[in-house]
Amino acid sequence: MFTDFFYTLKSRKVPVSITEWMTLLEALSRGYISDLDEFYYLARAILVKSEAYYDHYDVAFQEYFKGIETPAEISEQIMEWLKDPINRMTLTEEERALFDSMDFDELLKEFEKRLKEQTEQHDGGSHWIGRGGTSPFGHSGYHPSGIRVGGESGGRHAIQIAQERRFQNYRSDLILDVRQIKVALRGLRQLTRIGPEDELDLERTIDVTCKNAGEIEMVWTRSRKNAVKVLLLMDVGGSMFPFADLCSQLFSAAHSSTHFKDFQYFYFHNCIYDYLFQDIERQEWVSTDHLLHILEPDYKVILVGDARMAMQELTEKYGAIRYYERNDTPGVIRLKQIAEHFTHCVWLNPEEPYYWNHPTVHLVGKLFPMFELTLDGLGQAVRKLVVKR
Amino acid sequence: MANSDGFDRFSGSPDYVISEPLKNAVNVTIALERPLLIRGEPGTGKTLLAHSIAHGLEKKLVIWNIKSTTKAQEGLYVYDTVQRLNDSRFGDRDVSDIKQYIKLGKLGQAFISPEQVVLLIDEVDKADIEFPNDLLNELDEMSFYIPETNETVTAIHRPIVVITSNAEKELPDAFLRRCIFHYIEFPNSELMEEITRVHFPDIKDTLLREALKTFYKLREIDDLRKKPSTSELIDWIHALIAGGIPHDRISSEIPFVGTLLKKETDYDYFMARMGRKSYGKNIDVYRMSH
Repeated sequence: MFTDFFYTLKSRKVPVSITEWMTLLEALSRGYISDLDEFYYLARAILVKSEAYYDHYDVAFQEYFKGIETPAEISEQIMEWLKDPINRMTLTEEERALFDSMDFDELLKEFEKRLKEQTEQHDGGSHWIGRGGTSPFGHSGYHPSGIRVGGESGGRHAIQIAQERRFQNYRSDLILDVRQIKVALRGLRQLTRIGPEDELDLERTIDVTCKNAGEIEMVWTRSRKNAVKVLLLMDVGGSMFPFADLCSQLFSAAHSSTHFKDFQYFYFHNCIYDYLFQDIERQEWVSTDHLLHILEPDYKVILVGDARMAMQELTEKYGAIRYYERNDTPGVIRLKQIAEHFTHCVWLNPEEPYYWNHPTVHLVGKLFPMFELTLDGLGQAVRKLVVKR
Repeated sequence: MANSDGFDRFSGSPDYVISEPLKNAVNVTIALERPLLIRGEPGTGKTLLAHSIAHGLEKKLVIWNIKSTTKAQEGLYVYDTVQRLNDSRFGDRDVSDIKQYIKLGKLGQAFISPEQVVLLIDEVDKADIEFPNDLLNELDEMSFYIPETNETVTAIHRPIVVITSNAEKELPDAFLRRCIFHYIEFPNSELMEEITRVHFPDIKDTLLREALKTFYKLREIDDLRKKPSTSELIDWIHALIAGGIPHDRISSEIPFVGTLLKKETDYDYFMARMGRKSYGKNIDVYRMSH
């Protein structure tokens, strides 16, 4: 059944909604499709809204259309599905309402008519539309107006295109929640008036104008811009692996948020010692002292980590888990320096609070207000970061 | 087939080479009257597509360039209160007529145009994260209400809406659901040859082949921050022709590499690579002579 394609897409995690599905049916019923290749691209344009999901789509398409050689078979399936009222039972109420709002008999009639016309007028075989040069939908070769219309899809079969899975690299299962995090981070703003005086101060203009006995005098003011600077410090130690996805969501949200005045980020392993990493792979690092020196105390500091480690990693000299770090200052002193230097710090913990009952988590929690790395926790943390002190 | 419905109306314009899937996406957009959302690497011709549609269908193009400060309201109309205030003091215009102080934005202009126009909303993701949501209703209904004059502006002809995005920000789901989406892939070398030939009809085959070969080799370097794209290639070929560079020097020297690599780090990286290569050659020479 054709609707199974919808559910195949869903099960392959393509975020496709009933609205888009109806759009596709509308396009199909108007007869915009002449073969499976076109169906592949048309359905993709209508159903998939990000190249990140093109690969999911390719996988689903292969799964569903494998073995189906001709568009006639799809059309039969659609027809069958549309005719069978039992299929409606599987829909939710909302979906049913949507389906009912369209006049299906009308739709079907039109659809059948077109199908007939097409098979009669053109080659009448398994393809609706001939692949020769006369049809406006001709594939390879030249368009009647003499313009080459792209060589890439000429003569190739949609299944083959799907099988290639060219969009594998665009896949990014992270995308879903980045937006939500970004919206939460938007709370992180302190508007101050900077820059040229280019905004009309309405209240004062009215005031001054009244004092002038109605002679208009404009008063201008500086526009308000966000002055928030953010420092993000992330734990990339081994115990953080299960939360790697979550952390990279937070990172990409913060990184692509354009409203911060400045955004700096560094990494550490389990705890902060004498150095912080700028780039783990390239082993680029910067000394913690230097950072405390160059960054003003008004940076909003977000630390991300599970704060779970062996006690000596936190309290002992040379306690760093990477033995060659040879830290002269115990980690807890470093954390204290950070907490004291910056006026606003929060610690986001990806673990559930249920698991926070651990000596080092307690200790870190005393130094920094700790919040769970969820949307709610993030919201609370952001509020904590913008309170005046 | 469905020419009567107006499907398959757009077939490219002489100055723009279009792939079959994109052509279909454009035509579905026109037929279903939904906005077309275009994404793709910078320089793959997202903006040019709208120009090409307008040119190919012989329609007027209305461009709305989105900046980080753009508000959805600006696209509809602006009520110039300051001008009215000023006129009430010094002007000789009738200030009771608010209509003359309502200035329609790009969307409004597209609506009231007596003929169907192509409306390009360029780089929609530059604006605030809620910007697309603020336009949902207007793009759906193709009408908006001006409370100041108690008027409703309704589109005489639904414009063909093309929206481009660089994926800097996530777009809201509700907005995406209403769009037809197409991702412009980076052209393969055959399509690229077509594209360059459109720009340089008289180019020599040998020069073009060498330039393309070098170009794609350069794009294969993964460490580049910004890979050169179509527009850079065109600039580069322009420079090659203007400089009268013989084709056999292109791949070995890559003249005018500054037109292809725009980031300083990329340029340095590339120079270092080139330097190492010639260093390797020197050693070979040294070995051979001993």
